[in-house]
Amino acid sequence: MNATRVDEDFTSSVHVYEPHRAGLPRLGPYIRTLWHRRQFAAEMSRSNIRAANTNTFFGQIWLVINPLLLACVYYVLITILRSGDDADAAERFVHLCAGLFAFYYFSGALTTGASSVVAGGKLLLNMSFPRLLLPLSAVRTAFFRFIPTLIVYFPIHLGFGQPLSWEMLLAPVFLLLLTVFGAGMAMIFATLQVYFRDTSSFLPYFVRMWLYLSPVLWFPEDAPERFESLMIFNPLYSLLGGWTDLLVRGQIPDLSLWIGGAVWAVVAAVLGSLFFMSREREFVVRL
Amino acid sequence: MNAVTTTGSAGNAVQVQNVSLTYRTTFERVPTFKTAIVRFGRGERAVKEVEAVQDVSFDVPHGNAIGIIGANGAGKSTLMRMIAGILPPTKGRIQVNGRVSTLLALGVGFNAQLSGRENVVLGGLAAGLSRKEIQERYEEIADFAELGEFIDMPMRTYSSGMFQRLAFSVAVHMDPDILLIDEALSAGDAKFKQKAAAKMKDLVTNARTMFLVSHAMSSVKDLCNDALWMHKGKLMMRGNPDEVIAAYNKFLQVGEDAFSLEDL
Repeated sequence: MNATRVDEDFTSSVHVYEPHRAGLPRLGPYIRTLWHRRQFAAEMSRSNIRAANTNTFFGQIWLVINPLLLACVYYVLITILRSGDDADAAERFVHLCAGLFAFYYFSGALTTGASSVVAGGKLLLNMSFPRLLLPLSAVRTAFFRFIPTLIVYFPIHLGFGQPLSWEMLLAPVFLLLLTVFGAGMAMIFATLQVYFRDTSSFLPYFVRMWLYLSPVLWFPEDAPERFESLMIFNPLYSLLGGWTDLLVRGQIPDLSLWIGGAVWAVVAAVLGSLFFMSREREFVVRL
Repeated sequence: MNAVTTTGSAGNAVQVQNVSLTYRTTFERVPTFKTAIVRFGRGERAVKEVEAVQDVSFDVPHGNAIGIIGANGAGKSTLMRMIAGILPPTKGRIQVNGRVSTLLALGVGFNAQLSGRENVVLGGLAAGLSRKEIQERYEEIADFAELGEFIDMPMRTYSSGMFQRLAFSVAVHMDPDILLIDEALSAGDAKFKQKAAAKMKDLVTNARTMFLVSHAMSSVKDLCNDALWMHKGKLMMRGNPDEVIAAYNKFLQVGEDAFSLEDL
């Protein structure tokens, strides 16, 4: 697939390999091949999920235990910070869960996506396929780890007396935008990590800071006033803000959140995939 | 799709025309921010050019088994990767007519936590087969690898020989037109080596093409009807395996400086 020209039917007939210019591969055949091999990405992600917890006692139940423990930790944290003078504590906790689960979905896609190319070293050396499958497979893995947390969310939502509303049905729009944004970021960081291995050590701190800058531990309108105009530059402000507004409070988010979220998602996905594709033929010599 | 201009006869499985591969690599083994900044401060360029393959040309007709020999670092594996389409050449042109199956680095696509069975599916999908095609081949692959009940055990419990047996079995059962094998049989036991050799011969008699990189001259003599000798990225000799191996052995004895092909 690293060829400048790839036959339409990837699996048979003629392939010509010639020097590539620094630019992009031909997008048509590339995307066709990507689509053709989608099962490989799916299987790789499935097998990674299966393999991840085989050695632990609780096995796949960890997918549910993890988010619950996480919610507990952060609940304790914000309760202490607010020293208990909170009237809407229930809503705050439900908001925290919704935001945190979505954030961990995003950070999972970002961190596993970032290491996907370097971790796939041997595979890259042996086979020729569109490398974009690697970060995409990581995003799929993150998504399927997120599903159980969504199932955990609903008992929490109802248990803390939050009402159900039709607006909740719109929340998947923001989830989709978050996925597209996460995929784009995963591609960018996967490429960066090939050139700078330190990215993987630096990434957890970056992610942690991003968590505090995003409306997870606080509501979107709690943003300090002097930063309010800057908030739109944080993609997760729009994406997570819209998600929790719809899911937790059942209110339609401001138009700015819709536009901000969509723009960030598209920009990240387009830039990420173009950056990745323009670099992927160099990966083999860099591993 | 572009109209691919076929030059030369259509009977060629692989045409390599004036191919060179130069890659630029960093001085450090693993690139990091620190070294990048230090280098930037000194105003140095990070690159060192490695000329892995230099101006190599050859054609391989369908049905040939071609052995590639040469010292470590001669560019054999790089050449194989270019034919497989993993590395794009820096100069020249490679045309490959047919489906390629590779066995270049061991344990590929394989997740050690998963069973052999699951890994076969993963390997097949990576090679571009559909799930149905893999199901059809599965029994054959498992039988050939002779893993017995180990096929359903996690691959971390496998010995290196078992690993190789399975990898080889997957690669040859992909129904390739062109099979690229790089030192694949070093860990197999004698019995499996014989079986693998028989399988490779079988493929070649069915008009498939095979590239075999090996340091075992006996297997090149035994399996191949054609041979390439590479040295430091250059193609030294192409021809009958016996002659090429004789020349290579002579070269090893007399050393690089004293050697010229005219001495033969």
